Amino acid sequence: MNQPVSIPAGPAAAGRIGRERLARLQRGAEAVAIPMLALVISAGLFSIFLLILGKSPVQFYSLIWLGGFGTPFSWSNTLLRAAPLMLMALAVAIPARLGLTMIGGEGALVLGGFAAAAIAVPLIGTTNPVLMHALMLIAAMGIGAIWIGIAGGLRHHRGVNETISTLLLSYIAIAIMNFFVEGALRDPADPNKPSTRAIGSEAMIGKMPGIDVHWGLAVAVLACILLHVLMQRTTYGFACRIAGGNARAALAQGLPVGKLIVSASMIAGLCAGLAGYFEVAAVHGKANASLAAGYGFTGILVAFLARHNPLAIIPVAILFGGIAAAGGIIQRRMGLPDASVLLLQGMTFLVLLASETLYGRFRLFNPAARTERT
Amino acid sequence: MPFDCFSRRSFLQGAAAGTAAAALGFPNLARAQSGVTIGIVYVGPKDDFGWNQAHAVSIGVLKATPGVKIIEEENVPETAAVAKSMESMINLEGANLILATSFGYFNPFMVDVAKKYPKVTLRHAAPLWEKGKHPDNAGSYFGYLDQAHYVNGVAAGLSTRTNKIGFVAAKPISSVLRNINSVLWGARSVNPNATLQVIFTGDWALPVREAEAANALIGAGCDILTCHVDSPKVVIETAERRGIRSLGHNASQAPLAPKGFITGAEYKWETIYRIFAEAIAKGQPVPNMVFGGYDKDMVRNTAFGAGAEEPARKAAEAAIADLKANKPIIRGPVKDNKGNVVLPNASYDNFDRVLDGMNFLAEGVVGSIT
Repeated sequence: MNQPVSIPAGPAAAGRIGRERLARLQRGAEAVAIPMLALVISAGLFSIFLLILGKSPVQFYSLIWLGGFGTPFSWSNTLLRAAPLMLMALAVAIPARLGLTMIGGEGALVLGGFAAAAIAVPLIGTTNPVLMHALMLIAAMGIGAIWIGIAGGLRHHRGVNETISTLLLSYIAIAIMNFFVEGALRDPADPNKPSTRAIGSEAMIGKMPGIDVHWGLAVAVLACILLHVLMQRTTYGFACRIAGGNARAALAQGLPVGKLIVSASMIAGLCAGLAGYFEVAAVHGKANASLAAGYGFTGILVAFLARHNPLAIIPVAILFGGIAAAGGIIQRRMGLPDASVLLLQGMTFLVLLASETLYGRFRLFNPAARTERT
Repeated sequence: MPFDCFSRRSFLQGAAAGTAAAALGFPNLARAQSGVTIGIVYVGPKDDFGWNQAHAVSIGVLKATPGVKIIEEENVPETAAVAKSMESMINLEGANLILATSFGYFNPFMVDVAKKYPKVTLRHAAPLWEKGKHPDNAGSYFGYLDQAHYVNGVAAGLSTRTNKIGFVAAKPISSVLRNINSVLWGARSVNPNATLQVIFTGDWALPVREAEAANALIGAGCDILTCHVDSPKVVIETAERRGIRSLGHNASQAPLAPKGFITGAEYKWETIYRIFAEAIAKGQPVPNMVFGGYDKDMVRNTAFGAGAEEPARKAAEAAIADLKANKPIIRGPVKDNKGNVVLPNASYDNFDRVLDGMNFLAEGVVGSIT
């Protein structure tokens, strides 16, 4: 990247490079400013709703601050919720770079978590915990990759709409888990909540030092960074983005679009399976119906707000983790129903989708348009 | 362990949260940390005509206790979220007694929170706490609803014309199986020809499937319906609409079936919450383990509705009197509906721990667990 600058060049060339840099900065600023604007507008709309209910928007947003970010405890609460959201948002964002709308991460999370718990059952107490966790990790990520990979394969080979197939596969995944958890793999020691046998608190993944959050958070952040590098700095990512921009053109260029679609789906499933692994290995210690907690669906929202940029997913997931973490105190202090936080999320999503039309319309962010006009 | 409503730790935590809130410029967020703050967590909405409503209504007893502040949170899933909700109540609002009302909250979430905050008292609404195995600041409270279902069964046994009672059940787990069997045993105690047909829907709240199951049972000839699902609303309303009679579960559904409601099995959580309230008022520790049935006034049957005829009322009242005197429900040996002897003794105490793990459908129940 630095090379063109170090090569001696004429003032005209230097000027061009400077302009390109500025343009890149401006595009970056646009990608930040428009979602921020959408957030502010949805917060404003939600305030009107609160005023109609006779509640104070100031108190509402102060409580979000207090419950999500105001104290060290609030931060740990927020980050704990943000960790699975990051992975689930990646499961949406990576296929989205190929123009695929895959919304069934929830199923891959559930199935991944279930696979991890199931493979651990015969190993509990007999196998080295490190080996056990390695096997659990492989099982969770493998099954997740296969699950969303199926949707990718159906999309490419049979033209099946990937949005519908991932959504429906998600229900199948939850049913599969319930079938085993309530049948063959049910722990007889737990007669009242059908679950697999617990791996035991000693064998579970612990907290990170200095913070009351498990290691899944670090892994999730790392995954965001790695996938950002993969999508922005490798030929694979470049090919994906080309295929996402125009699949026919990509085919004409000789890019293996089918392989790209299936592999990106598998990466998505891998992330979801990883989230499932951490839910089992660090949170529940076993698989049961509680695995389907809706992280997959909030993850969709996070991915869209982050404009499918893996790096942007990190702060957005933290923001949504914070809103979820504050949901409790909002209920308790303001007497608002639990659904009010969902309403805020839904409103944000709608405004965000509407804001897509704003891209390229602001001169401030669009130097090319300005030069054309002048 | 004394019930420490003013422990140094919780005071400091509360003070820290209060100071933080004040420092951040939200004056009305900083609350005075005095008296007892009770945090209650529900798994579903507080007005579900079922489990959660039964708790939410009974909490009124504690609300009326002087010096007690109640904070409530609904729709909290049985995930890490519940641990954080409890911690949030403790850290941000100085809660010193937590009541966790859903089964899946206990292990690992409530147990972990109990270990982390040894000065906070936590109680869970299911018979799961064991001394020595779980932290001393945790505990359980529970009403044995099977006794009220038994009374339901007695009333149903004398009310049915087809000798077929229908039961819509969520999952084949111990507490549900015990209620199913108790309805049958109640019915058989007054009508040896009574049978019970059960359909499992597979989950706690599946309104569409509950309606389908109710209609299927009516189609199979059942003329009385009851259920064990989170919200019995759909089953009771379907029975009423199809012109048959019904028996309630969890809370009062009498208003939903003005013509066909006979009676219903209800928790009487307020008895337990009153025990808590009295202990708090006296500054005494809240007991670790509180449980009982009719003998301790912890369950009840809904007041008879229009569907209850005189013989059924009389028999049900007699059954209630027997239960208050601790007369055993189970007269053994008991066979399951495949013919195996599952409870060999001649009788079992109503609170025998063996019964907590019930895993069969009794002889006379039409249906299958698997």
